[in-house]
Amino acid sequence: MSILVIAEHDNNNLKASTLNTVTAASQLGGDVSLLVAGCNIEGVINESQTIDGVSKIIKCDNEIYKNFIAEDLSALVMEIADQHTHILAPATTFGKNLMPRVAAKIDSQQVSDIISVEADDTYKRPIYAGSCIATVKSNDDIKVITVRSTAFDAAGMSNSGVQVEELQGTDSLGISSFVSEELAKSDRPELTSANIVISGGRGMQSGDNFHLLDSIADKLGAAVGASRAAVDAGFVPNDYQVGQTGKIVAPDLYIAVGISGAIQHLAGMKDSKVIVAINKDEDAPIFQVADYGLVADLFTALPELESSI
Amino acid sequence: MKILVPIKRVVDYNVKVRPLSDNSDVDLNNVKMAVNPFCEIALEEAVRLKESGQASEVVAVSVGKSESQEQLRTALALGADRATLVESDSVLEPLAISKVLKKVVEDENPDLIILGKQAIDGDNNQTGQMLAALLDYPQATNASEVKLDSTNVEVTREIDGGLQTLKLNVPAIITTDLRLNEPRYASLPNIMKAKKKELNVIPLADLGLDTTSRTELLSVELPPSREAGVMVESVDELMDKLKNEAKVIQ
Repeated sequence: MSILVIAEHDNNNLKASTLNTVTAASQLGGDVSLLVAGCNIEGVINESQTIDGVSKIIKCDNEIYKNFIAEDLSALVMEIADQHTHILAPATTFGKNLMPRVAAKIDSQQVSDIISVEADDTYKRPIYAGSCIATVKSNDDIKVITVRSTAFDAAGMSNSGVQVEELQGTDSLGISSFVSEELAKSDRPELTSANIVISGGRGMQSGDNFHLLDSIADKLGAAVGASRAAVDAGFVPNDYQVGQTGKIVAPDLYIAVGISGAIQHLAGMKDSKVIVAINKDEDAPIFQVADYGLVADLFTALPELESSI
Repeated sequence: MKILVPIKRVVDYNVKVRPLSDNSDVDLNNVKMAVNPFCEIALEEAVRLKESGQASEVVAVSVGKSESQEQLRTALALGADRATLVESDSVLEPLAISKVLKKVVEDENPDLIILGKQAIDGDNNQTGQMLAALLDYPQATNASEVKLDSTNVEVTREIDGGLQTLKLNVPAIITTDLRLNEPRYASLPNIMKAKKKELNVIPLADLGLDTTSRTELLSVELPPSREAGVMVESVDELMDKLKNEAKVIQ
């Protein structure tokens, strides 16, 4: 078996999700190659050469791939797809955008968002917002898979001198082009890789009140998230959203504040190691999954919490 | 400009789905069905483009069982001009659905195809991108803003960490994220009018496609349940537990 992992990076550094995906790939059993496509990616290549379990790096350094346009990147993956039995990428917006395009081109039914490898052709994945777990067997010759990064440990980075093979890019299809990007600038850790996450829900009442969470997050070195209800209400941008339709997180500590605990939200955080819920409604479903529950008015509890850290 | 909106009949988002007792699949007996919420957002966007004079026709299409006509009637009540159901008794995978939709696109020649980013049953998030691949059309997934001119469409996408804006040649494929718009409710007069709108039914077999499943569902189980923990009385007690019992804060 020959497994291809598509690296997610920002042309400077690897994203942590790539390391989790390599772990999933290693569990399939077989040689793992890592495709790193981007522009001016020397730093990413150097980092990639240290990933445990990677036996070859396929490098494609070309202006065309700078912004990871799915049309062009999928055409590149196609060039080497038939040399592999499995093609994996993280189930982030990067992988979700790219992989179905690859899968359709090679006539393979992708298996999305796997949380475990049962055999080289059989995987578990959540369905219905995580209400159920399906075990799925793929019968396609080349299996296309996206990996839920929180379900797999990160691969170590103690390898060295992994061989690098250069791949020529293809011409750009020219049917879509990059216009601009606005990335949120924050000194806090990323939601999906933070050790502590503190999230607010509709109970926060307004976007302004999120500063109560911000100051606690700064003290704890935590990331700030939100429920879909808080996003829908316009309190915070969508990239704060934790849940089935947002980000999936599994930190050591998850603090849910003013969040009732809809299935949709639980799907995104219930694999956290320790869950704390603060809500004034003692019947809120969030308390059924919380390790520690506090029935309190968040506008009194949050300042108290901040001063006790 | 013509816009095609594929929609899916799914379990209503309020229903808590459980496995069948033999764990062979999920139990969908007597549960409430609805239009997939992300498909509603896609339809709303198409109808708004028509209302603002930027599009001339909105066509809804679904691939599924005969009962999917109910959801297509809803789409007609929400502003689609006509609808097509490709009727299939078996449940099709996203790749097969994309192949069916490709046939519909070749027949209808829309300038824009707007789909939901994922359906809330399988949570696959595949069909839009697969259809784009099969047609060699450009794609913009997770759209939060769509701006049209005659030959291009500019789409702002929700990506991890922020927003990205792409310019696509038309015809193009867009999949919708939550914040793109807030779908309307169908008014009673529009529900009545929808009953008279055109709804074509095409048997899947007429399309001559191979839609056999590539994957096997071996079992469906409940996820491991999480035990409810303890209630604390105060912030002080909470901090004490987090520091000394759970040891997640220093």
